[in-house]
Amino acid sequence: MADYTIKVRRFQPESGEGPYWEEFNVDLDPSLSVLDGLLQAKDRDDGSLAVRCSCRAAICGSCGMKVNGQSTLGCKTQIGEAQEQADKMVGAAGVSAAVADSPIRGEGSDLGSAGNPIVIEPMGNMPVIKDLITDMESTHWTKIRRVTPWLLPHGEPPEREYVVEPESMIDITQSMACIQCGACVSSCLSMEADPGFIGPAALAKAYRFVGDPRDAETHERLHDLADDPHGIYDCTHCFSCIDACPKGVAPMDQIMRLRRKAGEEGIEDPNAGHDHEIAFVKVIEKKGLLDEALLVQESYAPGIKGKLKPSKRGLTETIKSLPTILRPLRKRKVKLRQAIPGLHHGLPKEAMGDVKSIYAHAEEHSEELNLYIRGEEGDDAQPDGAAAEEVTND
Amino acid sequence: MTENIKVAYWPGCVSRGFTPELHGSMAIVAEKLGWELVELDRANCCGAGVIAEHNQELADTLNARTFALAQQTGLAMMNICSTCQGAQSECQQRLDADSAYRAHINETLSGQGLAYEKGKDGFTNKNFLWLLVEDYGLDRLKEQVVRPLSGLRVGPFYGCYIVRPKERLGYGEFPDRDVYLEQVIEALGGTVVEYDGARKCCGFPVVTMNRDTSLRQAGTHVGDAIDAGADCLVTPCPLCHLNLDMQQPEAAKVVNRDLGLAVLHLPQLVGLALGAEPKDLGMGKHIASTRWVEERLTAGAPA
Repeated sequence: MADYTIKVRRFQPESGEGPYWEEFNVDLDPSLSVLDGLLQAKDRDDGSLAVRCSCRAAICGSCGMKVNGQSTLGCKTQIGEAQEQADKMVGAAGVSAAVADSPIRGEGSDLGSAGNPIVIEPMGNMPVIKDLITDMESTHWTKIRRVTPWLLPHGEPPEREYVVEPESMIDITQSMACIQCGACVSSCLSMEADPGFIGPAALAKAYRFVGDPRDAETHERLHDLADDPHGIYDCTHCFSCIDACPKGVAPMDQIMRLRRKAGEEGIEDPNAGHDHEIAFVKVIEKKGLLDEALLVQESYAPGIKGKLKPSKRGLTETIKSLPTILRPLRKRKVKLRQAIPGLHHGLPKEAMGDVKSIYAHAEEHSEELNLYIRGEEGDDAQPDGAAAEEVTND
Repeated sequence: MTENIKVAYWPGCVSRGFTPELHGSMAIVAEKLGWELVELDRANCCGAGVIAEHNQELADTLNARTFALAQQTGLAMMNICSTCQGAQSECQQRLDADSAYRAHINETLSGQGLAYEKGKDGFTNKNFLWLLVEDYGLDRLKEQVVRPLSGLRVGPFYGCYIVRPKERLGYGEFPDRDVYLEQVIEALGGTVVEYDGARKCCGFPVVTMNRDTSLRQAGTHVGDAIDAGADCLVTPCPLCHLNLDMQQPEAAKVVNRDLGLAVLHLPQLVGLALGAEPKDLGMGKHIASTRWVEERLTAGAPA
């Protein structure tokens, strides 16, 4: 048994007051969970402390919350580990700013264990109903419904069940492992800046149907998700959802797969996300190194393969980006030849030959190879995702 | 702890493109620390996650080529870009996980006389930040400080690719990698500023796709650091630097407030403490003025 101080961000709408912090001292084994700590505080100190939970075993997905700034499940986080993290981060990772602006009530950390309090907050990117309970409906579920989360097969249904090869379902087992806890939504840094973003949970769910061999509207789904300015090209590659997910769904990886498939289907999007991807790939094929000016030009007005064809958006964006190019020129940060697309140095000729031969070889394949980390032969390492998990009914 | 640091050095693209001051300051710092950098001048772009988004095998092969070039030197590899670190670690993870896949990739490289070998000579690829803390050591760094950054309030900005995903980036073995910047700032005599954005996204990856979202992210983090009393930010990622510094005037318009906060590359901050001149470290090339930082240092420096 050990003493811990948990510092909980509380909010009761009926009180008419703003949110505040309250500290509780709890006493439990380090291997027990943060949720166990909260339930002890609720039991011993304040029955009005609101927290949503059910299975306590990382299966039901009810107890999503932020522990020391990290979105996770309260029941999957050992309180001893949370204490180590709290001591290490010394109030970093977004906790300190929040702590500063709210009054603190409660027993005070000097009564509890040594070290920093474990900071517990409701999930981010969604409204708080009370204490640690967030409104999953207005963000999470609305976004899930946005992606048509059911099968859309064509033709007459078979007399009995659909029969599919197990191998053809492996690709989507990772996204099927989602328990809808909302931790990824809570952690999403893109949604923080753009609340309209469809987001990691819903896009992972979208891939679950895009990758399903029984679904017949793959192209329509991909077009819909690419055409939405808050869709697949709104993800900033921050990896937050990968670390937040308690089930290894790796939502960002699913978003990248959606992009890859949308690209293979030749779908153009209003954000020019596909153009940017192709521009990047072509610039490196041509020069081996990045030519920033060429990348920007190619993203807005693809020309490497043919004549320059700027879209209306491309022209507007190019004009908007001019000050950003001119300032470093004025500061002599970059030379003029670096600011003109295509003039920046590339790799030496011999090295370029190597790069081109790699392209020639790899671009022959249109299928993804080795997407899952299976663990080295002889290693005990489990697959990173759910590749080895059973295919379950979703 | 290694006695002398000698590494195969991958400078990345942007340090020789739009942030040339990063490449220059790294050279100065290496000399002051007595590190030998063997530059991989034939190595190619890491793909920054974008090529992997297009074709994983292509990205994996391109980076396997870089690893193989590094392995030819018999040295460990060093990068100076969070994005290179993350993109290359992702490919290395896929390559290391599967010998059949590795053999397939090496077949493509065989025409060039190259092969990537898992764990050859204990092969590692570490960002300058990791190498500085884990291989060189903070105590040795402290001994080299001639101009302590006393009174300088520095906000760390890591870049997503060097802090997440933890499982891929060696946090099992090195759990403190997400507080190294704080440790380095303190070792150099500076004061760490805590603010909301240290481990958040600068927004750069979507700047051409969703400019508003991207610049709102950059502007918010810079603004939060200013509100927390920072004199400057420091980052090990040149792509973050592009959005936080080069785009700062544009980001200010999006978040509708005055900004104007210096953003230093990690080698610049280290270089200042080691006694290098701000001008030599290329600080005059930044878009957001670094004059305040220089004034703070010359005012408070005993050296």
